[in-house]
Amino acid sequence: MIIYGVAILAFCYIIGQLIGEFLGKFIGVDANVGGVGFAMLLLIFLSDWLHKKGYFDKSTENGILFWNQMYIPIIVAMSAIQNVKVAVSSGFIAIMAGIVPFVICLLAIPLLAKLSKNTKPD
Amino acid sequence: MEIIVKFLEKNGLVFAFLVVGLIIYLSGIISDKLTRRKIPASAIAILAGLVIAYFGGVYSGGEKGIADIKIFSGFGMLGGSMFRDFAIVSTAMGASFLVLRRTGWVGALSLFLGIVLSFLGGVGVALLWGYRDAVSLTTIGAGACTYIVGPVTGAAIGASSDVIALSIAAGVVKAIAVTIGTPFVAKYIGLNNPHTALIYGGLMGTTSGVTAGLAATDPKLVPYGALTATFYTGLGCLACPSILYLLMRLTFGG
Repeated sequence: MIIYGVAILAFCYIIGQLIGEFLGKFIGVDANVGGVGFAMLLLIFLSDWLHKKGYFDKSTENGILFWNQMYIPIIVAMSAIQNVKVAVSSGFIAIMAGIVPFVICLLAIPLLAKLSKNTKPD
Repeated sequence: MEIIVKFLEKNGLVFAFLVVGLIIYLSGIISDKLTRRKIPASAIAILAGLVIAYFGGVYSGGEKGIADIKIFSGFGMLGGSMFRDFAIVSTAMGASFLVLRRTGWVGALSLFLGIVLSFLGGVGVALLWGYRDAVSLTTIGAGACTYIVGPVTGAAIGASSDVIALSIAAGVVKAIAVTIGTPFVAKYIGLNNPHTALIYGGLMGTTSGVTAGLAATDPKLVPYGALTATFYTGLGCLACPSILYLLMRLTFGG
């Protein structure tokens, strides 16, 4: 059933986000540390395990795939609620302080990718 | 008229589904007819979202883009962090665990480098604009990480509110730059495989920017970028007010 898929996703989300909250508290920062990442890892393991056990039928999977497909629409809605006005109106320093790090990090990507390719088995 | 406005307000989320559907439909037509699919429909839709957010902000004077206009308040729900993170987690279904494991240490390295490089970039710009005190430099540098790291750091080390506002603005600019820039630079930096996407997420760090940018480039890469990016803000909030702030104090006094 579809609701099982949605519920599995919700379970992973809640556990992962809670781990992130507690980890943040534990290291003393006022932020969620890696909550989404933990939830994703949990979902990868859980869906794999359920597949092997044969509990994962097509409609259960659809409950998760629906949200997968809703991803871009949600991102469009998210773009529409950003504080773009303050970004545009804060003047040149804010624009530079946002763009310069982006460019620096861009330049670092090919380096890191090359560095790590050497250790790849294939 | 009043009845319609009240009705749409009450059913905000459902109305947001309809409007976003229309935006994506129109973006598809624009992508097809005007750019011959050179610019993907999702990239146009996300860009349209940002433009709408700008006009929404100007019209309402608020901070949440279109969501500050009452009939579009459902956007705040649909585009808020709950739905966003829920949908991001669902993308993990298609991720390969093998790739994740192979890129593990580079992911961690890219996170570390991403925070330090962004921070230094922000500090450099702040220096050019004449800031010399460790607190302001650190806060602006933190803002260059993400728009959450900036205010968290600023509040922790006692920055003035205009510097905090500036750090938020810098973070928002970065998120927008990553969103718009990613599909255009992807070709040149080899961003077409899960491995590079993991590094990309760690280096850029802004979850909204990385996920939106990757969605516009190739939706298959989203889970990999999101996985590393999700650690960035937390680590930034950890490193900026502590080690990096101390480093700034040693360098500039304070």
